[in-house]
Amino acid sequence: MNVITDYIEYWQDRYDSILAYVLQHITISFVAIVLAVVIIIPLAIYMTKMKNEKVKNAIFSISNILQTIPTIAMLALMIPFLGIGFKPAVAALFLYAVLPLLRNTYSGIKSIDQSIVESAKGMGFSAFQRILIIEMPLAFPYIMSGIRTTSVYIISWAELAAVVGAGGLGDLILAGIGFNDKKMIFTGTILSILIALFLDVVLGRVEKNILKKHKGGSTI
Amino acid sequence: MEFIQYIGENFTDLLSLAGTHILLVVAGICLALIIGFPLGIIAAKFEKVAPVILSLTNVLQLIPSIAMLAVLMLYFGLGNLTMTIGICLYSLMPIVRNTYVGIKEVKAGILEAGVGIGMTSMQVLTKVQIPLSIPFLMTGLRVAVVIAVSVACLGPYIGAGGLGVEIASGINTLDTMKIYSGVIPAALLAIIADFVLGKIEKKTKKRLA
Repeated sequence: MNVITDYIEYWQDRYDSILAYVLQHITISFVAIVLAVVIIIPLAIYMTKMKNEKVKNAIFSISNILQTIPTIAMLALMIPFLGIGFKPAVAALFLYAVLPLLRNTYSGIKSIDQSIVESAKGMGFSAFQRILIIEMPLAFPYIMSGIRTTSVYIISWAELAAVVGAGGLGDLILAGIGFNDKKMIFTGTILSILIALFLDVVLGRVEKNILKKHKGGSTI
Repeated sequence: MEFIQYIGENFTDLLSLAGTHILLVVAGICLALIIGFPLGIIAAKFEKVAPVILSLTNVLQLIPSIAMLAVLMLYFGLGNLTMTIGICLYSLMPIVRNTYVGIKEVKAGILEAGVGIGMTSMQVLTKVQIPLSIPFLMTGLRVAVVIAVSVACLGPYIGAGGLGVEIASGINTLDTMKIYSGVIPAALLAIIADFVLGKIEKKTKKRLA
């Protein structure tokens, strides 16, 4: 019983700072995810149209290697270029998001039945229209699942952003290690898992809603 | 130039850090194999416990690495032992999942043939299913090793060794040389391990094909 009242007291004392950590954590992850989605998905779509196999393979192997580099090494590597704080954290997380997003979007668009694309061409759709009206909606489930897994992992990796001075829940854990304080460590851990699960559920909902709307609209 | 000089001056230190790093990874992976391989087989053999085992290892993966290490530190104290356990827990998921999938993927016809020539179910497992699941296990091992190298870099925060020591001290003093001399070997270690295990994986696949 003592443990629980202690913990509640801890929350009452630290309410403000915990909330600030959560906000920092969400900001870092969110900026990285949005940047990755905005840059990587168009790149992946462009890659599906690319004829040059060598360039394509090069991009895939580079993103593969990026994924292999240890998280903390990547964060540290950003320091000489971007200093400490928010920027290196976002840059490192962005680089981690490249592979899953690229691969999911690419294979999603590649999995579309070519005869559908051909018939769209026959109906006089321009290349841009084909991408926007035919390919994107058909590959949507793949793209969305890429975004979902990436987001969940980025929330988890953002915990290490504290190491390069970007703050976030990792600060709570590092401080907890420093003071050997169970409450800090558990608060940081549980909150980050909760954020990840929450984001997963929300993105799942968004996906379902958009799919429903799309199905409703395409009965013409 | 400055960098080469730095490496030359601290070569023995870096070498011993890299050695510790590799030892930690090997110990953690061995532990994960000892626990994960039987767990995967159990999950594949007994359908009822499969979801429990698989979702449990999945949840472990969801915990941020530094948080997992911090929690483990509360119970096992500072040092290399905690790191080994952390690496083991973190690389459990790919090993269990791939063992499970590998054994499940063996075709029913092959199993029937095994039963048909009079094998007991234990013999089917050890002589048919396990050998055929090796390529899958290798895939899991490769993923697990890459994760393990990454997790092992967090050593200094829980009082363990490894190349993370150099990286962390580089970050804390904002010393570019130190950062590079920790990051480059660590990244190379991960990339080389990924490459070599990828080759072995391909070889085992070819042998069975």
